[in-house]
Amino acid sequence: MRYMERVAIIGVGQTKYESGKRDNFAEMVFEVTNKAMEDAGITKNEIDNVVSVSSDFWDGRTISCMAISDASAAYGKDITTVEGDGTFGAIYGLMRNLSGNYGTTLVVAHHKGTESNMNGITNTAFDPLVERKLGLDAVSSGALQARRYMSAYGLLEEQFALVSVKNHGNAKRNPLAMLPMDITVEDVMGSRMVADPLKVLDCSPLTDGACAIILASETPAHKLTTRDKRVWVKGVGHCSDAFRMGDRDLADTRALKDAADRAYTMAGIIDPAKEIDVAEVYDAFTYMEPLWLEGLGICDDGMGCEYLERGLFDFEGDLPINPSGGRLSANPVQVAGLACMAECVLQLRGEAGDHQVEGADTALAHGINGMCGQSHCVWVLGR
Amino acid sequence: MGNRVGIIGVGQTHHAAKRLDASGVELIAEAVTRALDDAELTIDDIDAIVVGNMDHFENINYVDTWAVDGLGAFMKPVFKVTTGGTTGTTVGACGYYQAASGLFDIVLAVGWEKNSESDTQAAIATCANPILERDSFAGAIGPLATEYSMYMKAFGATEEDAAIVAARDRNNALNNPYAHSRQQVTVEDVMKSPMLSYPIKFLDMCPRSDGACAVIFANEKAARKLCPEPAWVHASVVRHDYTHFGDLEWKFMPTLERASAAAYKLAGITKPLEEFDVAELYLPASTCGVKWMDSLWFCEHGEAPDLIRKGTFEMDGQLPINPSGGVISTNPIGATALIRVAEGAWQIMGKSGDRQVEGASLALCTGFGGCSWSDVMILGADLP
Amino acid sequence: MGMYTDKRKRTHTPEGYELLTHSSGDIQYDFGWHCGPYWSKFLGEMRDNKRFMAVKCPECGTVYVPPRQCCGKCFVDMNEWVEVGPEGSLEGFTVVRFPYIDPNNGQMKKVPYTAIWVTLDGSDTRYLHFCNEPDEMKLDVGMRLRAVWAEKRIGTVHDVEYFEVMK
Repeated sequence: MRYMERVAIIGVGQTKYESGKRDNFAEMVFEVTNKAMEDAGITKNEIDNVVSVSSDFWDGRTISCMAISDASAAYGKDITTVEGDGTFGAIYGLMRNLSGNYGTTLVVAHHKGTESNMNGITNTAFDPLVERKLGLDAVSSGALQARRYMSAYGLLEEQFALVSVKNHGNAKRNPLAMLPMDITVEDVMGSRMVADPLKVLDCSPLTDGACAIILASETPAHKLTTRDKRVWVKGVGHCSDAFRMGDRDLADTRALKDAADRAYTMAGIIDPAKEIDVAEVYDAFTYMEPLWLEGLGICDDGMGCEYLERGLFDFEGDLPINPSGGRLSANPVQVAGLACMAECVLQLRGEAGDHQVEGADTALAHGINGMCGQSHCVWVLGR
Repeated sequence: MGNRVGIIGVGQTHHAAKRLDASGVELIAEAVTRALDDAELTIDDIDAIVVGNMDHFENINYVDTWAVDGLGAFMKPVFKVTTGGTTGTTVGACGYYQAASGLFDIVLAVGWEKNSESDTQAAIATCANPILERDSFAGAIGPLATEYSMYMKAFGATEEDAAIVAARDRNNALNNPYAHSRQQVTVEDVMKSPMLSYPIKFLDMCPRSDGACAVIFANEKAARKLCPEPAWVHASVVRHDYTHFGDLEWKFMPTLERASAAAYKLAGITKPLEEFDVAELYLPASTCGVKWMDSLWFCEHGEAPDLIRKGTFEMDGQLPINPSGGVISTNPIGATALIRVAEGAWQIMGKSGDRQVEGASLALCTGFGGCSWSDVMILGADLP
Repeated sequence: MGMYTDKRKRTHTPEGYELLTHSSGDIQYDFGWHCGPYWSKFLGEMRDNKRFMAVKCPECGTVYVPPRQCCGKCFVDMNEWVEVGPEGSLEGFTVVRFPYIDPNNGQMKKVPYTAIWVTLDGSDTRYLHFCNEPDEMKLDVGMRLRAVWAEKRIGTVHDVEYFEVMK
């Protein structure tokens, strides 16, 4: 796998993440598409093609992309739709740029978690014959993975709780986040048990929101924007593990390691813990943050919680993780990974306001697809 | 057109109303193994995978992660694309862009559907805006029927013109061992079949099928090395304009006109009716096979009935359309548009058996779905 | 090519087990879609004032019904409201005769019913709805239609019961 041409992210836009947004899908997409274009300083005429990200299941209609076709500035242009996390939509967008057919690509994702039925919808990710009847969904399967992770390395719920405290606390500095909260480990441990060992404060909320990014190949990036707007794609990779949970060791992050390896090789990163300045990873549940950080090679397997305890991933720590508040503070599924990328762009530009990590020069964004992080997509972005 | 990509292998399942003998994952595996055979590759040679189908037909969420076993996607890069009826060509375009990007050399693109697992029209009815349009929107058949009523009024096309198209596609399917519906019909048989939704009758309309299709795309260097006669991608254009059905101009198909015009320009084609050797078109109903000929720039608006009546598009006509039997003979919706690309590729590669158009070296493939959306892919024997 | 086994007619495994299907049973997925300000006004006007409200694009002048925030062609916000209808011309129609499951309630859809596209006077787009004439031989593109309002209106598209052909 080689990397041919440089591609930059030149514009980003996000809605405020909330519960029960009163806009419909098209209105959210219109909002972030305009925000991203405004951010990049371009008009719809400079957008060459569109990759939308949506889910028929979550939206409650087949061909869910149809609702946002007009609102994504796609009239008269090539458009396609990825169904999965926004990071996968973005990698397809990147490939459309690299193919030589398009100079700019808009990637826009939308989601309304509060209009639908999360348990039913994530239950349908499981096999209809064998697994669905068990009533598995995102939370119960996450609980299984959390328990496996705990027993593999002797971890404690109190350690996972640190992620919740940190991320909800970080959200106080991010005006777009849905759940800024001042909480303690005791608060997390005392919150209602949902699926052992996951309690309410271990889980991400149902969220409504949308996000858009604009990718530009090197020549148009230089032509259309100024240096301060450009954040370069240094490396990217994606990879999927086996489907059945029984076919996997849920504490083994081999697919993530593969995806991260691809991204790091492209970016020339040898020691991620040292070379990455800030990261936004997909913490759908507290236990996922340390687990994915191990898969990303930022710490050794089983060491994630120890690093958390030492404060290394705090906002003031050596390697701030999820300074935006993470998915624990806002989890618009499909959008979330793209939001990670948008946040990394803001960090690298120095535009993250109160949640700015000083001197951020290389950032990592991460997204997952499927249950228990079966499939991963890793992005390394830099100046 | 950007970097050059060729199709180096194709696989299809035997399509049927119901494939009792295979689950969805097994159906996918059937198409994938046949495509690898066709290209003389193994799954290890595949660098990335893309899959597509329409969720509500099987009610399976996150199909890309669910079908990993059948796709050969274990520990490989994979994701899913879906755009309704155009899914198959969206999958095909994705295969093209991934191979053209240089990130991956050999890309496997899979479209599939098990339409037997649900009520097809009910699922399709949910594509319309649930608040404003769903209640009167009669699945796929309603709008297609309505648009032909407008075309008949405007230009004097007849139900019989559509019946000629139906008979053509259905009789062509007799030469295609993979087709779902293979029956000999006359124009009279079609005219006498039960009315579904005026003016579309039973034999005018596509079935719904279980089936899968896999197409292997390779960038120029890999394609030249691995395949003696790749089907090169000359153009891929997509126009999914319009969100609301009422916004469309219905006497002709605006998206197909724009998409095909742009595709012809990319491929350097000025006289499509003369230059193409074969066309595999997404015609879900025979009425489309009349009306949409205008929108492909084969003739002026309203002149399609003349071409139909003259036999222009029969196997022995100027431009054979749907030698495979088309959508009217085989319709596993997530695969259907990809099958057009697959059949077009086999025509170029000379692998179409009894349905081969002699010396075919330029093929037109289209996809249709959604809010009257259009995808166009042009394949050729020569390098673009 | 033709060398693969055609297993389409199989009903049993090689060992003789019947090939089974597995039913999901009745499943219901509830959604609570937000209409947004444009559709909320559109439905509210139908319910309260028995009229159709459309929006007009400030750039291309297209009058859209149903209204929406963004003109797809120009990609601009639309804020100019225009009343259209209640009469219009029949642009296209079909009499649906095949039954299928209504995704709104899981019951079989009652057929035949007549689905139409009507261009309401003053609008540039077509509105999808129903017509009370069930005989396709009595309908012709170009006929004039009039909206028949429901007695009880609650803010859905059924606040118009159907369109009738004007004699």
